[in-house]
Amino acid sequence: MIPAAFDYVRVDSADAAVAALVEHGEDAKILAGGHSLVPLLKLRLASPSVLVDVGRVKDLSFIRDAGDHIAIGALTRHRDVETSSVLAEHVALLPLVAREVGDPQVRHRGTIGGSVAHADPASDLPGAMVALNATLVARGPKGERTIAAADFFQGFLTTALGADELLTEIRVPKITGAKANYQKFNRRAQDWAIVGVAAWKLNGACGVGLVNMGSAPVKAGSVEAAVNGGASAADAAASAADGTEPPADLNASVEYRQHLARVLTKRALEACGA
Amino acid sequence: MNVSITVNGQKQSHDVEPRTLLVHYIRENCSLTGTNIGCDTSSCGACTIHLDGEAVKSCTILAVQADGGIVGTIEGLAVDGVMHPMQESFRENHGLQCGYCTPGMVMAAISLLDEIPNPSEQDVRLGLEGNLCRCTGYHNIVKAVLAVAEKANA
Amino acid sequence: MTDLLAHDDVLAPNAPFHGLVGQPLRRKEDPKLLTGEGKFTDDLVIPGALYMAVLRSPFAHARIRSIDVSAAAAMPGVRAVFTGADLTGEWAAAMPCAWPVTADMKNPEHYPLAVSKVSYVGDGVAVVLAETSRQAEDALAGIVADYEPLAAVIGLEDALAGGTIIHEAIGTNVSYVWDLKPNEEGVDAAFAAAVHTVKERYVQQRLIPAFMEPRAVCVVPQPFGGEFVVYSATQIPHILKVMLGLTVGVPEQKLRVIAPAVGGGFGGKLNVYAEEVLCLALARRMRAPVRWTETRSENTQATVHGRGQIQDIELAADANGKVTACRVRLLADMGAYLQLVTPGVPLLGSFLYTGVYDIANFSFSCTAVFTTKTPTDAYRGAGRPEATYAIERAMDTLAYQLGMDPAELRRRNYIPTEAFPYQSAGGLIFDSGNYAPALEKALGHADYKALRAEQSARRASGSKVHLGIGISSYFEMCGLAPSRALAGLNYGAGGWEAATIRILPTCKVQVITGATPHGQGHETAWSQIVADKLGISPDDIEVLHSDTAISPLGLDTYGSRSLAVGGTAIWMATDKVIAKAKAIAAHQLEAADDDVEFVNGTFSVKGSPDRALPLAAIAFGAFTAHNLPDGMEPNLEAHTSYDPPNFVFPFGTHIAVVEVDEETGRVDLRKYVAVDDCGNQINPLIVQGQLHGGIVQGIAQALFEEAVYDDNGNLLTSTFADYLVPSAAEMPMITLDHTVTPSPTNPMGVKGVGEAGTIGSAPAVINAIVDALHVPFGILDMAMPASPLTVWKAIEASRA
Repeated sequence: MIPAAFDYVRVDSADAAVAALVEHGEDAKILAGGHSLVPLLKLRLASPSVLVDVGRVKDLSFIRDAGDHIAIGALTRHRDVETSSVLAEHVALLPLVAREVGDPQVRHRGTIGGSVAHADPASDLPGAMVALNATLVARGPKGERTIAAADFFQGFLTTALGADELLTEIRVPKITGAKANYQKFNRRAQDWAIVGVAAWKLNGACGVGLVNMGSAPVKAGSVEAAVNGGASAADAAASAADGTEPPADLNASVEYRQHLARVLTKRALEACGA
Repeated sequence: MNVSITVNGQKQSHDVEPRTLLVHYIRENCSLTGTNIGCDTSSCGACTIHLDGEAVKSCTILAVQADGGIVGTIEGLAVDGVMHPMQESFRENHGLQCGYCTPGMVMAAISLLDEIPNPSEQDVRLGLEGNLCRCTGYHNIVKAVLAVAEKANA
Repeated sequence: MTDLLAHDDVLAPNAPFHGLVGQPLRRKEDPKLLTGEGKFTDDLVIPGALYMAVLRSPFAHARIRSIDVSAAAAMPGVRAVFTGADLTGEWAAAMPCAWPVTADMKNPEHYPLAVSKVSYVGDGVAVVLAETSRQAEDALAGIVADYEPLAAVIGLEDALAGGTIIHEAIGTNVSYVWDLKPNEEGVDAAFAAAVHTVKERYVQQRLIPAFMEPRAVCVVPQPFGGEFVVYSATQIPHILKVMLGLTVGVPEQKLRVIAPAVGGGFGGKLNVYAEEVLCLALARRMRAPVRWTETRSENTQATVHGRGQIQDIELAADANGKVTACRVRLLADMGAYLQLVTPGVPLLGSFLYTGVYDIANFSFSCTAVFTTKTPTDAYRGAGRPEATYAIERAMDTLAYQLGMDPAELRRRNYIPTEAFPYQSAGGLIFDSGNYAPALEKALGHADYKALRAEQSARRASGSKVHLGIGISSYFEMCGLAPSRALAGLNYGAGGWEAATIRILPTCKVQVITGATPHGQGHETAWSQIVADKLGISPDDIEVLHSDTAISPLGLDTYGSRSLAVGGTAIWMATDKVIAKAKAIAAHQLEAADDDVEFVNGTFSVKGSPDRALPLAAIAFGAFTAHNLPDGMEPNLEAHTSYDPPNFVFPFGTHIAVVEVDEETGRVDLRKYVAVDDCGNQINPLIVQGQLHGGIVQGIAQALFEEAVYDDNGNLLTSTFADYLVPSAAEMPMITLDHTVTPSPTNPMGVKGVGEAGTIGSAPAVINAIVDALHVPFGILDMAMPASPLTVWKAIEASRA
């Protein structure tokens, strides 16, 4: 299958990308690795009139130790997240999640920024973002602003990014020494998560993010609070599905997803030593 | 627009519509039909090639995105008529039947061993998660990949 | 990793071979496929071809009010747009169904494009012909079709109830009722006398064949003579030629059908499809080559599905567990129309419902209904996996009822080895079988006793991950088919196969076969057979196939028939050519025919080894014709059309070992053991490959795959992202072993193996899941596919 025709704009800087977005407005779409967008174009489920290709923008692919956090360029590929020694040391959860994205071919091309900005609640990385309390950096015509992950994901394929904004960087607080675990439940290894639970624990702190448990990734605040309050993994996990509104589809009913969220949260917390 | 891509060591340059997928570029503009198309959803991996040294699904990349890149396809593996060890091992272990998934499977397997030179059976199975085969049940494909690794590490 | 197979015992002790047959020769086919040189239909470069795209109905059931093609016709590159109404003059006959199983079977007429009404989502209503594939695809969006939606008919029992009639002209949703009731009194009496009875309902979900190469067709009109070359990704170039001629009205001798490299079929390419017929008719009309390549999303809707049955099976047994009767009532989903062999699929299974067991009384009836879904047809096993599933599941249910080990129940009921050839209650004669050794070997490889001990220990420990062991003893009928048997089933063609052996002047050999491989490795196996007989190298043999101009006679590849029928034809043609060569040798050696023997490629006079002539000398001598016996024709060539006297019946026992996580419902396949018997093995490497792939397709039915429709008839699994063909990551290594029980039906003692794996595996997996769960949860059945959701729901329901 072939995408419907579109105009193609290749930019070499984030500012040029923003300028292109300003010029073309709502009809334009950012193309990074293309592994969320191109499949939609082929099935003609999306037909933007302009694609702004940021794939060659310099300086948006990096993983940097920035003191209290690790800074990750939006164009950093899943494979580079998966194999980063900096991340393995300071944000061990992220490589564990990145290696579960799609398949090796997808991870060679797909970018963390593309996945996060696409905001598919069934995707692995958005759930990790809320578990890790990441901060997302957006560039727009008025300059740069930062958005907390909890505020960034607003609904199904919907984020706080304006139509004229480009996600440029992801800042993840260091949790050096934390135990981390990602429970991805699916039927085939390459598939999206039916339910996923990304968790980490370090001394008195923890983070838990749920994948595919609502129209946006879910931060399991009550679970985090229970763990921080000393509850066992099983007790803390009991509230994992509270208040969630997961979708029903061929692979899972609402009740089953909620059940899985509890089971997988317990397993993830146990793996983190809770 | 014009794209220039080095394909199997040869510089190619063609005018294409921006919507042209890399797999169509390879098959139609470069007349290299060894790379196959098996699905519309980036699921099957039949179109797997090497782009800048890594396995990618050429149905999920626009030709314009690969402009300036280096592409390797199944046709470029054999040297002077001698098959690549991975191709040879697929034959030796009967890792193919109808052969449609085979080019993508071989390209994915070579990339897999680049990244994990000494894989376990499970590493191979997970490493090929993005390539579907309907004929072999994968048993002999996994054997073929492990055999190449074992020989290289012997 | 386990590969138990030793290559030295794949032939029976008295097998009629000379060393080459039975060897794991590496395949001749592989180099071109491994280097990208193999040409599939879409790879062909055809200058000037027009690209066809098909507009398909988005409704499962609707009247076509109007179709406006004017905007599409004006789009860039578009050369023509046709609706069904525009093309009615092109057809000499409706789309063919070759298997009218009963005299009163209802077969709704349908044409390549719907004219007034659509009957499933994906039914073609219009075509675009454009200069590029992109232009053709773009122009589909320019066609405005207006429909009056009607009620969809999805469930089989709803279809039977007939609340909505799909095809008004036939006035019913029932296509046919077919009975196999040789002995109703005996069946009734056995049930009346039974100590134990089992009554179960199983659902065979719809499956999508999902061969990796989507269908493709390209028709090229020849510049003179009115001939057409049809390239198609088909399993059946010979049958297709006949049917295209009848449907489009092109004289058969003007058609040449070529199946280039074909990327799998599994029954899904055993058909005559609308797009093949359209491309031919439009190539004729446009006087230009016309080509079409299916997308995967089209494939899931416009290529036939498999399975789709509701099975009610009853068993009667005595106090010792000896099964005395089997009664089966089947409701089979035809889909919207009858395709090439749609109605016959349940019949192919009917004779197998008594399984490998000595069951004296049998009753079978199938009711076939239309639904507003993609037509069903053959898919790997075609009727036989369904039958095997039903009997093997029901045997386990009976074992639970008896409190007997499922292996022991099977032992007690196997047809005894000495009873072969065995007259079955269903009427067929089963050629040969030796079922118990395969079971015992499989139990040994699985370490059955240790597994049972582990299962008990886990249960005692309160583990939430349950171990299950599932056994399936299967057999099947293949090698389709004796033509007279097919006549008895009302099939519209025969079941023979043709072969020609041509020894060229330089002693190189052409083997021409009517079998049409699409992954099976015939080029290698046929070379092996002929080389073994002629005493030459397999490299000196070229196998020619899949082109009706080169191999004009043939009935193609399906139903695990190629070796048992096509291979036998090659064997017999080789014998004929050897006999002729021997006569020439005797003449030149001045000996009587009977005094000449042929050993290792050399003719010699018995007792005088120095009086000898190599085959090469005879080959050249037959070519020069300088010194032939009086009246003998020059050249060494022989032809055979072989019609088998019976089916062949391979068998085996499979054991699946699963772990079921009660918290998530996930089933992990820990181990899979298969001991199969396909008689003498020509090439064990190919046998193993067929089994591996077949087994995984059966496992896929058990655990992963289902074509799911919503209430409106929309296919919810229309891509490979939703239709879960498993990958390497979900599958285990498979432990294979074998026994060898030659078939007495053919001279090589061979049986088919292409479908055996699929037939044996699905019940083994589901039996294993039920085996894991029946003690802790009282679960006695599990629907396919046993997805985590399905298993979790069953466990939850058992707790309620």
